Amino acid sequence: MESSQIGVRTKKEQRRHLLTQIRQNREAYLMLLPFMLIFTVFTVIPVIMSLPMGLTDFDMVKYPPTFVGLSNFYNLFLNDSIFIKSIRVTLVFAVFTGPLSYFLSFLLAWLINEMNTALKVIFTLIFYAPSMASGVYAVWQLIFSGDSYGIANSALMNLGITTSAIQWLTDSRYILTVVIIVQLWVSMGAGFLAMRAGFQNIDRSQYEAGAIEGIKNRWQELIYITIPGMGPSLMFAAVMQIVSSFTADIVARNLVGFPSTNYAAHTVMTHAFDYGWIRYEMGYASAICMILFVAMYLANKLINRVLGKYMD
Amino acid sequence: MVKDPKTLKASNRRAGRKIGGSVAIFLFLLLLGLFMVLPIWLMIVNSVKPVNEMFIFPPKWYTLNPTFDNFKDTYRVLSQMWVPFSRYVFNSIWVTVCVTVLQCIFASMAAFCLAKVKFPGNRLINAVIVLALLYNSNVIYLMQYIVMAQLHMINRMSALILPAVASSMGLYLMRQSMMSVPDAMIEAAKVDGASLFTICWRIVIPNQKPALMTMAIFAFQGAWNITGGSVVYDESLKTLPTVIQQAAAAGISRQGVTMAAAVILFVPPVLFFILAQSQVMETMAHSGIKD
Repeated sequence: MESSQIGVRTKKEQRRHLLTQIRQNREAYLMLLPFMLIFTVFTVIPVIMSLPMGLTDFDMVKYPPTFVGLSNFYNLFLNDSIFIKSIRVTLVFAVFTGPLSYFLSFLLAWLINEMNTALKVIFTLIFYAPSMASGVYAVWQLIFSGDSYGIANSALMNLGITTSAIQWLTDSRYILTVVIIVQLWVSMGAGFLAMRAGFQNIDRSQYEAGAIEGIKNRWQELIYITIPGMGPSLMFAAVMQIVSSFTADIVARNLVGFPSTNYAAHTVMTHAFDYGWIRYEMGYASAICMILFVAMYLANKLINRVLGKYMD
Repeated sequence: MVKDPKTLKASNRRAGRKIGGSVAIFLFLLLLGLFMVLPIWLMIVNSVKPVNEMFIFPPKWYTLNPTFDNFKDTYRVLSQMWVPFSRYVFNSIWVTVCVTVLQCIFASMAAFCLAKVKFPGNRLINAVIVLALLYNSNVIYLMQYIVMAQLHMINRMSALILPAVASSMGLYLMRQSMMSVPDAMIEAAKVDGASLFTICWRIVIPNQKPALMTMAIFAFQGAWNITGGSVVYDESLKTLPTVIQQAAAAGISRQGVTMAAAVILFVPPVLFFILAQSQVMETMAHSGIKD
C-alpha cells in the first residue's frame, strides 16, 4: 500500500495539514488583511476586469463591449505600421535608458554612501529632485526651445558652434536624443532611492570585519560585502527600471508634443494613449498594453535569472 | 550603539578609506550634480523673473530684480474660484497625510509577513504583487471607476485616498528590504514569547528605517500629486495640484506663472524628503542586527 509509506501524505492528510498551517498562521493573515483587502478591491479586481478588454471592440459608449477575438492583435502586427515603428522606438529607448540609468543609479547610490552624513542628504536630494519636480517639462522646453532664446541654442550660437537655431523638439533627427537625455535626467527615481536605502541597511561593522580579513579597497568591499548584502534592493530597482523604461511616454509627450514629428518619439505607451484617450478605441489600446505587459514580464524573468545569483 | 564622529573616522581608517578617494568622489558627484540641478535652478529663477527679463538674448541664468508677481497672479486666480484657496490646501494635506500614514502602517505589516513568515499563499501573493507592478493598462482607471461606483465612493475623499494606500511598489520595496533581516533574530523573539505583531513593530520595523522612510517619501510624493479629477467632481473636494494646473493653463497662461505653479508643487515633497532622509541618517550608525 503506497499511502501508508512513511513520509508520504495522503490527500486527506495534506488537506488537514494545510488547515493546521492556516490556523497556526492566523496572526500573519490578520496582519496582511488591511493591505490585501484594499489592494484586492482597487488593484487586483480592476486588473482582472481589464484583462479580457484586449479581445473586444470597446468605445466606452456601447456597453457591454463587442467580442472580436484576436483581431486586435492581428491588426496590430499586420496592418498597423506605426505600431511596428513604436516597438522600434521603445526598444531603442529601453536599451539606451534602461541599463544606463540602472548602472548610474547604482554608481551614484554607492558613491553618495561614501560621503559624510550631511553630504549624503544633500547629494541624494540633488539627484532625486528631478523625480519630485512634476512640472519641470516647461523648463526643458525652454532649454531646447527652437528659437535663439532657447538656452541650448543660444549657448551653441554664442560659442560659434552653430550659426542658426536648431529645432530640437520638432526635427525628427534630434527628437529621440533630446527625449533620452531628459529621461536620463529624471531616471534617478524609485530604484535609486531604494538602492540608497539598501546601502544604508548594510552594517558598518561588516566593513571593518572585511578590512581585517584582507579587503584592501572600496572596490573589493563593493564586490564582496556590499553587493551580496543588497541583492533584494537590486532586484527591486531592476523591476522599477523595467517599468519606467518600457512604459516611458510622459517625458516624450510633454516635451515634443503628441504626436511627435514623424513619430520619432512614439513609444508603445504613446500608441496606447493615442488609441485609448484620443480615439476612444479602448479594446485596441488594451491589446497594445497587453503586448507591453508580456514584454515586461519576459524582461523581468530574464533579469531575475541574472540577478538570481546575488539573491541567496 | 551610536557612534560619534571620532570613532566613525577611526572605523573609516580601519576599513581602508583614503581621503584622496573621497575628494575625487566628491568632485565627480558635484559635477554631475550641477547638471541635475540646472533645470531646477532655471525653474526657480524663471518663476521670480520679471516679465521684461523673460525674453532677452542671450537668456540669463539669474535675475537681479526678483519679483513675486507670478506667485501673486497664481494666488489671485486661485482665490477667485468658488471655494476658498485654503480649502484646496487642506484637502491636499489631508489626502497626503492619510495616504502616507496608512500606507506605512499597512504595507509594513504586510511586507513583514510576506518576507519572514511561511504560510500557505505566501508565494502566490508575492507573485501577484510583482505582476501588479508590471501591469500597466489604459483601461485600469476605468475599471477602478466602475468598482468605486459599485461601492458608492464616487465624489468622496476616500476615492482619492484608498486606491493610493495599497501601493504594490511600497509593499514590494519593504518586502525586499526585510528579506535581509536574519531569521535567527525572529526565532529568538518567538522563543521569548513575542507575538508576530510585536516582533514586527518592536524589532523589525525600527531596524528598517531606511526602507520605511523611502516608502514614506514615495507615498507622500504620490499622494501630493493626486489629481483624481475623474472620481471627484465637487469643487470643495479637489486637491491643490488639480486647481493649480487649471490656474496655470487658464487665462493667464504665461511662462512665469507655469514656473511658479511648478515651484509651489515642488516645495512640499522636497521638505518632506529632507525630513525623512535626515531621520534615516540619525539612525545610520546603529548596529542592532547581527547574524
